[in-house]
Amino acid sequence: MIGIEHYVVVSSILFVLGVLGIFLNRKNVIVILMAIELILLAVNINLVAFSAFLGDLTGQIFAMFVLTVAAGEAAIGLAILVIYFRGRGSIAVDDVNRMRG
Amino acid sequence: MIQAIVFAPLLAALIAGLGNRMIGNTAAKAVTTAGLFLSCALSWPIFIGFVTGSAEAGVTPVLQWVQSGTLSFDWALRVDALTAVMLVVITTVSALVHLYSWGYMEEDPDQPRFFAYLSLFTFAMLMLVTADNLVQMFFGWEGVGLASYLLIGFWFKKPSACAAAIKAFVVNRVGDLGFMLGIFGTWLVFQTTSIPEILAAAPAMKGASTIGFLGARVDTMTVLCILLFIGAMGKSAQLGLHTWLPDAMEGPTPVSALIHAATMVTAGVFMVCRLSPMFEAAPVALAFVTVIGALTCFFAATVGTCQWDIKRVIAYSTCSQLGYMFFAAGVGAYGAAMFHLFTHAFFKALLFLGAGSVIHAMHHEQDMRYYGDLRRHIPITFWVMTAGTLAITGVGVIGVFGFAGFYSKDAILEAAFGSGTELGTLAFMLGSFAALLTSFYSWRLVFLTFFGKPRWAGSEHIQHAVHDEHHHADGAHGHDHADHGDGTAGYHPHESPWSMLVPILVLSVGAVFAGFVFNDTFINRESFWNGAIFYNEHLIHAMHHVPLWVKLTPGIVMLIGLFIAWNNYIRNPALPAAFVNNFRQLHAFVYNKWYFDELYHFLFVRPAFWLGRQFWKIGDIGIIDRFGPNGAAWVVARGSGYAQKVQSGYLYSYALIMLLGLVAAISWVMVK
Repeated sequence: MIGIEHYVVVSSILFVLGVLGIFLNRKNVIVILMAIELILLAVNINLVAFSAFLGDLTGQIFAMFVLTVAAGEAAIGLAILVIYFRGRGSIAVDDVNRMRG
Repeated sequence: MIQAIVFAPLLAALIAGLGNRMIGNTAAKAVTTAGLFLSCALSWPIFIGFVTGSAEAGVTPVLQWVQSGTLSFDWALRVDALTAVMLVVITTVSALVHLYSWGYMEEDPDQPRFFAYLSLFTFAMLMLVTADNLVQMFFGWEGVGLASYLLIGFWFKKPSACAAAIKAFVVNRVGDLGFMLGIFGTWLVFQTTSIPEILAAAPAMKGASTIGFLGARVDTMTVLCILLFIGAMGKSAQLGLHTWLPDAMEGPTPVSALIHAATMVTAGVFMVCRLSPMFEAAPVALAFVTVIGALTCFFAATVGTCQWDIKRVIAYSTCSQLGYMFFAAGVGAYGAAMFHLFTHAFFKALLFLGAGSVIHAMHHEQDMRYYGDLRRHIPITFWVMTAGTLAITGVGVIGVFGFAGFYSKDAILEAAFGSGTELGTLAFMLGSFAALLTSFYSWRLVFLTFFGKPRWAGSEHIQHAVHDEHHHADGAHGHDHADHGDGTAGYHPHESPWSMLVPILVLSVGAVFAGFVFNDTFINRESFWNGAIFYNEHLIHAMHHVPLWVKLTPGIVMLIGLFIAWNNYIRNPALPAAFVNNFRQLHAFVYNKWYFDELYHFLFVRPAFWLGRQFWKIGDIGIIDRFGPNGAAWVVARGSGYAQKVQSGYLYSYALIMLLGLVAAISWVMVK
């Protein structure tokens, strides 16, 4: 029987993968975007799972909002990346350090 | 009227000094000179009024100054016989020096500044002599010090002039400390700074009380008077604090004349005379004054015999003459001291301005070794210098006529002998010997400068002048200027312009007649002084009854000095060099001014510099800078270096830190 715990475990694994993806990633910025997407999906799974478990539709509707925001975020993030690549010729994370003091 | 006398020079100084280039050279010179001649013209009637006995002593209030508890003093101008004497001396010499400077400073680019300083100097001195309280006197005292500093360092591009100015200022400061302590002490004891009140209370204080000073209990009046006299020693360049005076020669020559004749150095003598009733209440202090005066008189005269710089000889002669004035005051003959001050002002200003005229003619050469035979070329200067020399050496016949110095110097020596004390006799002997030396170095100056063969060729200044002249004239005629064989180097000295000659001629009248005309007034007439100075009837009586040989001594030593000078510099010019060879050490000792400068350099200047350097290197750089500004800067630089390392610019590291912070915050909330 698949219970609420399984959903929570999966979403936790996804969330931690997403966070690690942000911190350990040394490759390129697209991976960071993907990692953020993972985090959002982990949250979504959590929301939907609890919504079904508690019989409250609010969580599912909230998940729809999160998906919308995630789509917008991906679009804007990729757009920034394209511009950034045009300007700097690289999207490697280690090259993105213009904020260095 | 007295306000006009005192404040006209100040007004002129302000106009000339603040107007400066805006009003131009001529306007500045005209306004200052006019101011001084106005003062002078107003001063003489006052003086004559006192001589004829028609004038009354009085005080003119000017402005309230300080009113604090029991301490109160105001600006007020006091005029009595003593002040009147000083007024004519100061304004006359100063006015003539102003006029003289028209010619002497002709080519200087900074004339308004010079004339403004001259007038300021005169104003400060006038303020000093008209002071009714000690604080106002101190104001003038410091004003004189300031103006002398500015004038000695007038050519501030010359390092030696700056050094001399600083030296004058610092040495005077030592004396001023004594004067200040004296004023404080006087206020402590008398509860007033008003001079008449102090003088009225002073006689009762004679030996009446003691005062704690430097951990010892000493007689009050003695301490006060010696402290005040230390101030006078500084200003009047007495032995110990005299070192600034010869160096003050770095200033332009008219300044030297002003400093030496009228303003500045006479302040000390004036102060002692002004406070004479106070000094009379302190016999120990008077003995001290006598000893210092006699020693200075002797010391400066010896040094004067060996100097080569014409101004330096006259400078030491001033120092020596001031010594005469002080020991006259020391034995109680204040009238004689003031009389010598009066006559000395005329002939010393004359000698200095004459020397300036010689220097002018010799293209700024001051070394007498390069003079000679000038009487043919600058006859007017020669004659007035001779008059000045006759006056300073005291030429005269008893009962008939004498030049200025004859009366005043004889009066001083007679007073010293007539006082009958051992110190008085000592002062008489030192003074007589100094009179011999005075005669020697004064005639030596005249003989070296005006007689003998021209020795101008050795002078760099003259060579420059000749070179320039020929440079201009070369085109006209191919003149051979390599060797003239007569020591002139082809140079032709010119007599000074009239603006310089007129003041000297006027002064020479004073140098010739001042003694003869005013002898009786200054020495014998108590009604003239009328309480302005302490008048010792008994001493005056003793003066007139000294043995004949005492009366004749000054004249005899003068003739001996004249003979030695003539023998050494006219008859047998090789003699001085032979003498120097025989007494090499003595000559070196005297030539180097008794090694006073070296001694002070070793005792005070070097330790002071050492101490200053320690404060600078260890205190300032080592501690304050290191832990203060530099330390703070170091902390900021280091800290920002560390902070900078945190700012990697990598987004993921910021995110990680944020996450860690969040985790920490949440755990803290949960644990709590």
